[in-house]
Order: sequence, then structure tokens, then C-alpha cells
Amino acid sequence: MTKIKSLADLKKMKSDLQSKISLREKSENPEGKVVIRVGMGTSGIASGAKEIMEFLMEETEKRNVDAIVTQTGDMGYSYAEPTVEVKLPDQDPVVFGDVDKKKADNIIEKYIKNGELLDGIIPQNYETIDKK
Amino acid sequence: MKDLSLHILDIVQNSIRAGARNVGIDIREDTRANTYGITIKDDGCGMDAEAVKRVTDPYFTSRTSRHVGLGIPLFLQNAQQTGGDLQIESVPGKGTRIKAVFVHDNIDRPPLGDMPGVLMMLIGSNPAIEFSYRHSKNGQEYLFDTREVKEALDGMSLEEYQVRKYLKEMIQENLQELNAL
Repeated sequence: MTKIKSLADLKKMKSDLQSKISLREKSENPEGKVVIRVGMGTSGIASGAKEIMEFLMEETEKRNVDAIVTQTGDMGYSYAEPTVEVKLPDQDPVVFGDVDKKKADNIIEKYIKNGELLDGIIPQNYETIDKK
Repeated sequence: MKDLSLHILDIVQNSIRAGARNVGIDIREDTRANTYGITIKDDGCGMDAEAVKRVTDPYFTSRTSRHVGLGIPLFLQNAQQTGGDLQIESVPGKGTRIKAVFVHDNIDRPPLGDMPGVLMMLIGSNPAIEFSYRHSKNGQEYLFDTREVKEALDGMSLEEYQVRKYLKEMIQENLQELNAL
């Protein structure tokens, strides 16, 4: 592949990019997307959240999982960083703690693809105790 | 934090939470003056003088979910370890500017790390914010601006994985060239 160095180079690659994107868009419907959010607070970053987010972005793309991978602020679970929140379509979000690459792999293969629950889920009611 | 790019990723989270629409990251390397400056500027909600005084205190945070905030204290500590320093200027309603200066050749100055990766992560996750990145070394500079990129790509979403991959490569190429100087 030719190297892209300037905006002009980028413009030249536009049609190539567009074809790659439109291929995927055919299968897209916004409600059917999985939303994955990686906690990117100080403690998350220090525990390797960046690598986990890059892993999730690459692997969901490679394995054809229709997902949006994005970052979020601190979720307040500093003891369990990196944390990853996964929202499957029509389901409540689930937060996974202490996520390394192996666990991230399981999240994609087991939870997202098959709906199997995994160890290390942070119970949802954990933060709502204060609010009640 | 293992490298400077992770500090930047962390500090920019503050700008995002402050509701910034524009974030500027400016890195100035000057090997003659032996300085490595990092400035992060946003047009978020800003802080009053009292808050500015307190943000370097680890037991201060604007967040309510916890009572400690280590982002700025860690950045400050790292700069000071090299003999450098960190300054914060902020105007409520206008924005905040954080400037850290490291001593360039100090053994405690962390490497820059994966800056292209950090930029693409920030840009892809925050489509409503315009980012600019300027990296200069001894007068030579590379400038990246999401406004220019969006114009060049004619409305293609920067959240797209493929687009991000190309952009990351573009930044990488340019930084490598700058580094070879």
C-alpha cells in the first residue's frame, strides 16, 4: 500500500476508503449495534485501558461484530480497572472489571456473540445504594 | 503513566468533561534549550482561581463519584522529576490551558509513546470535539487538525475504523520524519 503522508494523499485514498465502508454499511442498523465503552479515567489509563480499547476495536472489526467501541470517563470502579461496559441491543448494560486481553477476547466470543455471562461482572446495584 | 501520550490522554479527559468543543494539543521539543513542552488547551467551562490552586492536590477532584483525582498531580510529579514544571491557567466560562515542561534529555522524561493511537482514540470517541495537534521539533513542525481532515474527507465519519487506521498511519509517518531530525 502506498504511504499516506499528507491530506492530499488522504484525498486520493478516499474512494478506496468509501468502498470499504459502504461494504459494511449494508449490514448496519443502528439499533442492532453493540456498544462497548472503555473506562478511560486516570486509573483506567494507568491499568492499560488504551491497549484494551485498541484490542476491542481491532478484534470487533476483524470478527465482523457490528459494534461501536468508544471511551467513557471514569466509571468509579478504580479497584477493578480496566473496566469495560457492554450494551447488547435491547439489554441492560453490563460492566466487566479487570479486563485484560484474554477477558476482552471472551467478552467478544462468549458474551457478545453467545450471550453467555462471564466472571468479573460488576453488579449494577453497586453504585445505586447511595442514591436510594 | 508509562509515557507522555498516556498523560495527554488522561488530561484531555478533563477537557471533555469540561464540555470543550475545541481541544488543542501542542508539543514543542527544543533540543538546544533542552526542553520538552506539552500544552493542552481547551474551551471548556474553566475553573476559578481557587480550583486552579487545588487541582494539583491529589485529594481534589471535580468528580462526585470519588474523592481523589490523580491526573494532574501525576503529570506534575513526572515533570518535576525531570527538573521541569507544570502551570495551569484557567478562566471560568472560557477554558483552561495546562502547560508542562520536561527537561528533554533527563533520564526520567518518559518517551512520547503512541501519540497517533491516542489521538485517534480521542478523535474517534468524541466526534463533536475538534482536535488540533501540533508537534514541533527545533522549529520543524507537523500540524494535524480534525477540521482540515474532515474537509479533505468530505463528510466521511472519523469514527469509522478504516478512516481511523489511515489517519493513524498518516500521523505516524509524519512524526517519524520529525523524529529523525
